[in-house]
Amino acid sequence: MLRFIVRRLLLTIPLLVGISFISFLVIHLAPGGPISVGTDMNPKATAETRARLEAYYGLDQPFYVQYGRWLGRMATLDFGDSFSPDGRPVAEKIRERIPITLTINVLSMGLIFLVAIPIGIYSAVRQGSLFDRVSTVFVFTGFSIPTFWLALLLMILFGVKLEWLPISGIGSLEYHSLGTTGKIADRARHLLLPVLLTGFTGLAGMSRYMRSNMLEVIRQDYVATARAKGLPERTVVFRHEMRNALLPVITILGLSVPDLLGGSVIFETIFAIPGMGQLFYQGVMSRDYPLIMGILTIGAFLTLLGNLLADVGYALADPRIRP
Amino acid sequence: MNRPLRRAILPPIVMLLLLAACSGGKQESEGKGTSVPDIPAYGDAIVEGSIGGVSGFLTAVTSDASSHAAAGYVFSGLVRYDKDLKLEGELAESWEVSPDGKRITFHLRKGVKWHDGTPLTSDDVMFTYRRMIDPRTPTAYGEDFKQVKRAAAPDPHTFVVEYARPFAPALASWGMHVLPKHLLEKYPDISKSPLNKKPVGTGPYRFIEWKTGEKVVFDASPDYFEGKPYIARVITRVIPDQSTMFLELKSGGVDTMDLTPPQYTRQTDTPDFRKAFNKYKYLASAYTYLGFRLSHPFFKDRRVRQAIAHAADKKALIDGVLLGLGQEATGPYKPGTWAHNPNVRKYPYDPLRAKALLAEAGWKEKDGVLVKDRQPFEFTVLTNAGNEARAKTAAILQQNLAEVGIRMQIRTVEWAAFINQFIDKRNFDAVILGWSLTPDPDQYDIWHSSKTGPKELNFVDFANPEVDKLLEEGRSTFDIEKRKKAYFRIQEILAEEQPYVFLYVPDALPVVQKRFHGIHPAPAGISYNFPKWYVPKALQKHRIQP
Repeated sequence: MLRFIVRRLLLTIPLLVGISFISFLVIHLAPGGPISVGTDMNPKATAETRARLEAYYGLDQPFYVQYGRWLGRMATLDFGDSFSPDGRPVAEKIRERIPITLTINVLSMGLIFLVAIPIGIYSAVRQGSLFDRVSTVFVFTGFSIPTFWLALLLMILFGVKLEWLPISGIGSLEYHSLGTTGKIADRARHLLLPVLLTGFTGLAGMSRYMRSNMLEVIRQDYVATARAKGLPERTVVFRHEMRNALLPVITILGLSVPDLLGGSVIFETIFAIPGMGQLFYQGVMSRDYPLIMGILTIGAFLTLLGNLLADVGYALADPRIRP
Repeated sequence: MNRPLRRAILPPIVMLLLLAACSGGKQESEGKGTSVPDIPAYGDAIVEGSIGGVSGFLTAVTSDASSHAAAGYVFSGLVRYDKDLKLEGELAESWEVSPDGKRITFHLRKGVKWHDGTPLTSDDVMFTYRRMIDPRTPTAYGEDFKQVKRAAAPDPHTFVVEYARPFAPALASWGMHVLPKHLLEKYPDISKSPLNKKPVGTGPYRFIEWKTGEKVVFDASPDYFEGKPYIARVITRVIPDQSTMFLELKSGGVDTMDLTPPQYTRQTDTPDFRKAFNKYKYLASAYTYLGFRLSHPFFKDRRVRQAIAHAADKKALIDGVLLGLGQEATGPYKPGTWAHNPNVRKYPYDPLRAKALLAEAGWKEKDGVLVKDRQPFEFTVLTNAGNEARAKTAAILQQNLAEVGIRMQIRTVEWAAFINQFIDKRNFDAVILGWSLTPDPDQYDIWHSSKTGPKELNFVDFANPEVDKLLEEGRSTFDIEKRKKAYFRIQEILAEEQPYVFLYVPDALPVVQKRFHGIHPAPAGISYNFPKWYVPKALQKHRIQP
């Protein structure tokens, strides 16, 4: 097992290099560049200014030199400095966005699992019942509704009309003067709507997945055997059906690892949350190559790590595929 | 044109009641209670909504509007524009231009201190100038400073610059924020210095806190050279979505923002809103135009361009795109400014006149479409994606032109691709774009025939020897009357030639919570006297402990 993990970890290195090369190529192929933001349609920016700025950011070098430099820095885990005017280290820019992004994602993912799995199980056990049909409509409403529109409606209701919740942002103006409990309560009030909404939109996938897994398991021989043994329905459903139906969820968990640090641009924009989604979006719009590469590399690494974790977790949970 | 303040009519007490209403109670009728004395008082905070986040505080290296706005609280330049958009001294008490126009001598204010207490001297100005021309400074604004032949700081309060030839826009370039030498000296690249994140300036507000992507906080500087600003704290919140920001405004989370035309005309036209907010409206320093690639076989002929100008229903554009909140543009200057010539040839909406001009140019109508040399009059107009106003403009123009037998296709392209693949390669028939205008009227870069190289701004390839000569004249004298003459004539020629069909100048539509007093709209807008805004004691909402 250990050898398997080590081998897989070593394999991620060439994969990461390959992914980063393709990413680097693609973002450099996109029209425009880091200096266009300040110089395009700017009467003060002459050809000389442009040449100077390109040299400043090393953009005058051939593509392979730029990539080589980037790779060399990455080998020492140095993400480089952002091309945006603040020139701050990319690692610092990403680090300051992680806590809020992680909080929202963990909470909403927890919410999704907590709600979607019971819905999926119950829908499968009572397939075709009123509950099954109502919950199907409910989760698909969440899946298909335009989130920005629903978000605005909820903001109007809870923020403007009822005045129960703040509309946007992640903290009140007086956040710093609050005590610890006050701070937690304040943060919670700000995060309630975003978390509920991301949860609502994510219910469909998980609950449908759970439902179809259950339906498949229910038809297995061992379930029939369990019933034939005269086990109580509870035991059949929870020990024999659910536990087996939950197995593929490990894969989903593994695939969700990169999502923990990914942010939704739409949600973050509409709720004014300074998270990873906005950081990445702004990076792309201003062609901030080091920042884009930094976030893409982290995403790629987490994806590979998630796959590995899923494989390991699967092996642990299912004796049939143990290597 | 500017709407008078309503504050004299509505007693400020109404605001108090409204604030009370915010915490759950229902709103009271007007006129109850005693009125609050309207005298300036120190204190309270203003929360501004901003679409974009700050990317740094040194304006030499930033290029986005949000960063420049934030830096404006902390830093000052030698000169600035006053409420009538005329240059006045800021850190410079006065200045003289030598008779030959080549030398400018600035006399600095005495007793100005950096926020850390160090006095400001001409050494700081010298240092700023040197950093602007330093190749290690990643600035896009170095060009004006490279024109300087010699700079000197003969004494701590005098700064002298000499140019090879008289260059009028040079004066405005000294509005560049002056940087503190004592704090920046040891950083060869100012963009990487701590000051880009924690600025120390000479402006009305001192920097307190910057939470990236979230907010910036400034507090009033007690020793600001024009007196301590009344409003104790400024908080700029980043709210990237316009609709969210508007909801924040209504619920009290934001005190001021810029409205969109639909918000201005429809969503704010309620008694509740009028009681809580003052809306302002004045011409923005920008215009939108339809620009032709002048080498295009259709658009080579001036009569065709004039015909399109007659076919474009500008009134319908202003009504449809801006909901009436704007003015017809007649040239590349803002109406009401000194360089604007109101008496140029105008092109009223007149499809018949347009058709006549097109017929004169050899275009004959066939099945509703104009044809010449067996070629139908069909072209594509390009505009950048994500700009709703321009997309609507294109749609209305399409209809207008169809009426005179011209088929116009519309194509929207993402900004970077738009510039790189289409503008730079002259791969377009016509474009709908806009310029924002600086108060200095020098537009050499846009209209001079030498400015047609790659990445240069005369991308329609306009070439007119008289305009070239006038542009050179206009920038080489400081004499306003002479400049005015040159720019008036340029506008006459542009109106005749129509290299662009000048469409409209939109209105800026700021809104401010009513507890803020002392706002006097002027051609420069409302924020020129921000340090003098105040909230009467009884209306103050936030208690600020310095």
